Amino acid sequence: MGLGRRLNNVDDTQHQLAWRVGGPQGSGVDSAAGIFSRACALGGLNVLGRREYYSNIMGRHSYYDVRVSDAEITCHRDRVDLLTTFEAESLARHFISVVEGGAIVFSEKDEDTPLDKITYLDPRAARDLTAMLEDSDLPASTAGTLEYARGHGVNTFRIDFDAVVETLAERLGAPQAIAARTLNTLAVAVSCALVGYEVEYVHEALAKTWPGRQKIIDMNVSAVSLAYEIVRDSLDTSGFDIELHATRSRESRIFLNGSQAVALGKMAGGLAFQSYYPISPATDESVFLEAHQNFTTKDGGSGAVVVVQTEDEISAFGMAAAASLTGARSSTATSGPGLALMVEGMGWAGINEAPIVVTLYQRGGPSTGLPTRSEQGDLNLALYGGSGDFPRIVLASSDLTESFYDAAQAFNYAERYQTPVVHLIDKALSSQTQTVPPFDMDPVRIERGSIADPERDNPDGGDFPRFRVTESGVSPRSLLGTAGLTHWTTGGEHTEVGRVTEDPVVREQQMEKRMRKLDLAASEIPLAEKLQVYGNPEAAFTLLSWGSNKGGILEAMDMLKVDGVEARLLQVRLMSPFPREELSELIESAAPLVAVESSFSAQLAQALRQHTGRACEHLVLKYNGRPMSARELYGAFKEILGGAAERRVVLRNPYE
Amino acid sequence: MTTATKEPKKVTAKDFQVSSPVDWCPGCGDFGILSALQQSLARLGRQPHEVAVVAGIGCSGKTHYYLNAYGVHTLHGRMLPYATGIKLANPEMTVVGVGGDGDGMGIGAAHFVNSGRRNVDMTYILFNNAVYGLTKGQAAPTLPLGLQTKSLPKPNVQGQINSLMLAMASGFTWIGRAYSYNVKHLVELMVKAIEHEGLSYLDVLQPCPTYNNLYTKDWFAGKDLAGGMPRIYNLQDEGYDPVISEGMDDTEVFEKINAFTQKAHEWGEEIPAGVFLDNRAITTFGERISEQVPTYLTQPPCRRRIADDRGHATADLSSIFEELRIT
Ligand SMILES: Cc1ncc(C[n+]2csc(CCOP(=O)(O)OP(=O)(O)O)c2C)c(N)n1
Ligand code: SF4
Ligand SMILES: [Mg+2]
Repeated sequence: MGLGRRLNNVDDTQHQLAWRVGGPQGSGVDSAAGIFSRACALGGLNVLGRREYYSNIMGRHSYYDVRVSDAEITCHRDRVDLLTTFEAESLARHFISVVEGGAIVFSEKDEDTPLDKITYLDPRAARDLTAMLEDSDLPASTAGTLEYARGHGVNTFRIDFDAVVETLAERLGAPQAIAARTLNTLAVAVSCALVGYEVEYVHEALAKTWPGRQKIIDMNVSAVSLAYEIVRDSLDTSGFDIELHATRSRESRIFLNGSQAVALGKMAGGLAFQSYYPISPATDESVFLEAHQNFTTKDGGSGAVVVVQTEDEISAFGMAAAASLTGARSSTATSGPGLALMVEGMGWAGINEAPIVVTLYQRGGPSTGLPTRSEQGDLNLALYGGSGDFPRIVLASSDLTESFYDAAQAFNYAERYQTPVVHLIDKALSSQTQTVPPFDMDPVRIERGSIADPERDNPDGGDFPRFRVTESGVSPRSLLGTAGLTHWTTGGEHTEVGRVTEDPVVREQQMEKRMRKLDLAASEIPLAEKLQVYGNPEAAFTLLSWGSNKGGILEAMDMLKVDGVEARLLQVRLMSPFPREELSELIESAAPLVAVESSFSAQLAQALRQHTGRACEHLVLKYNGRPMSARELYGAFKEILGGAAERRVVLRNPYE
Repeated sequence: MTTATKEPKKVTAKDFQVSSPVDWCPGCGDFGILSALQQSLARLGRQPHEVAVVAGIGCSGKTHYYLNAYGVHTLHGRMLPYATGIKLANPEMTVVGVGGDGDGMGIGAAHFVNSGRRNVDMTYILFNNAVYGLTKGQAAPTLPLGLQTKSLPKPNVQGQINSLMLAMASGFTWIGRAYSYNVKHLVELMVKAIEHEGLSYLDVLQPCPTYNNLYTKDWFAGKDLAGGMPRIYNLQDEGYDPVISEGMDDTEVFEKINAFTQKAHEWGEEIPAGVFLDNRAITTFGERISEQVPTYLTQPPCRRRIADDRGHATADLSSIFEELRIT
């Protein structure tokens, strides 16, 4: 992604908006966000969605930020233009996050709910909000929050959703309970009407949401018309002048999230076997794979991925590792607690040179931690988990498109270097929904590495030296089932044919042979796959980061640019083998060097120090489980540039 | 990739033997199991490269080293997931799992139970010596409560798993028991277990002369009993019929389960061996996958063509892109 025209907070066009919808889990927040996103995308706008939810199925608060623009979007916005709520809790949690000149849509029934009557509002949040409202002489209720918002230049639009549903029921001649199912659509349509968005795209979005289900579509179309009428006829919108309009430039776009991008990348890369144990936020990938497991191939045939749900992650890893020995491209997907269970297997794959790929969807740790929130706290586990020394490839993606290509490339690394690969994703990235150009399959290459041929590699027959000591460290591998290449495979130290040995010399040879593969990988993998430099390559102000933080950093860099500050970002993509030389060179001129990481301990900065000796002057960190916003990052960078910052700058936002 | 380069010759047990030294204790029951496995694979006409012997960790987990085939030594307790991965990715291979009772019933119990649910077409041979041999004789989950082998400082305070019952409850579709010093019967049962289409469980009573001084060769031979008669008898000799066939009604199936339960609990002066269960009414995992993936058997995961001659990916994802297309 170049530094083309990107959106930032100071832009002021009629083609951008940050919208938030909140409500209880299971009440349709996701589907509301889906309709809104599609309506905007159909109008030619780029869309980026961020989903926040609890580890809960029904009732707990969830919300969705949808940011749209005609320019490229890389990050959500944590100050929104328009907040749509269905219930009191959303008002209480988010009123503070609406920009001056923005608006809150709320339901009449929620107009005056005491904060202490909101079941799931965290006691800490209720306490702090109460104190804040009391400071402003406002009641500790949603009435207080609305008044507070109005006092800060926010428009508030009250809608009697119950009455609207009643009217809709009458118009449709349908029972009220049926009409009430359109509540999400009503909320979306009210938002769209408020900003004057072209209604035809909302209609089209309904058709896309329920393809072929005309009755449902018709009912929702009626709801949209009613919402537009209400906004036109019964709301006083004179103080609200934010508008959003379609651009009508309809380039080809797909709309998907990070875990789907990874799944597609794996399919492109030839995945044939995936085993998994359910765990957030990794599960979605495997479910998507299973739903799409049969597909056609360009040579007129068909391909398939066998997907197996196992009894635990130990089994998931073992099945895939063993399957990889047969020549099937194999992988599993998990998050931190799952990888913690897999580490014994990682060592096994390492010593047996098994090409398995693990996609690691990081969430908040340690232990169960924050199961549905984002963090980058598992880099160390990916880099160091397991007993003893073995080579491993660790790479991290930073956006949807990269996730797709990296997921495919991970198999090439695994087979070229015959060793386990961990592909790092984080929850923010996996749940990020976005419109992107359809992925081009052309750059996807399949490199299977060195596969043994019985005639060439074992002409005399007999036990095959699968673990033959070679200069590069890579030995031709036999695929289980091949005639003339039988050998043994073992987690014990072994001879060239795979027989357990404790011989000191053989041990050294095998250990060195395996570890040499890391040097080989370091020398072969091109720079662009190791790291990317964004911004002004000459800039002294240097940011070091990885994973999904990139989106916010790029936007914050644009904001700095407006202030006349040049900056560059070193986005690390390959963590093992660590790009030591490349980074050493790049950081020489860094002043200051600032690591940006979503964890308490800044694990990439630790690795940098371990490999280069250079400590970052500042660490910009966030570990509340929510992704960094450009606004927060910009604030932190300004503080650092102003010389007032401590070494650790922790991004804290109590309202997300 | 199983295309043999030369016309395969007729295999004998010798083809499955290797010359390297075997490091089990003298008199260990494991020898009988190894020899029986080599004979069984030969009797079944398998070529060594068509066979994967997948092992857990323990004395028992060394079996595959002494055998010429693809030998896969896994992790302690994890034999079944690895064996499953191999069989599912290359369904043409004959997969035989070997491991100890600590391996299978202790650390690996979750895999044992859940493998039953899948019914992958492979064979599990459990070396039941009631102790953890390789770690010097601690109680295995198969050792009864209150017993004290010479390797234990105190009597066993944990109860015993009835491995046959656990296999039945978990869904193994072929269950048998054999005695490692009766190699002839062992071969007969191994051949049946491997031929069975589905997941087979063969529990082998395996004396560990080094640590288990209770379940010895003499004890199994009934030398301590008044009549001096061997404890082990063959179920099939008394007409026990283990077969559950497709279409049997509930009453018949319940009768089979009852008979199985009775026999699985018999222990002491008389110990049944033979085929306890042969359930032919359950689909294999491979069949279940084939229903969802029509190309599974013609293009198994290990042999799918994923790249064209120029190294370009063959997958055509356009229909999925179409599904995700918004504009
Ligand atoms: C994760 C792990 N924990 C512990 C061990 C140590 N260990 C090796 S063999 C074994 C027990 C073997 O007993 P069993 O499975 O009954 O096999 P046997 O030696 O009796 O054949 C144990 C606990 C190990 N290898 N790995
Ligand atoms: S310890 Fe027991 S099981 Fe292990 S080799 Fe010796 S006799 Fe056999
Ligand atoms: Mg044992």
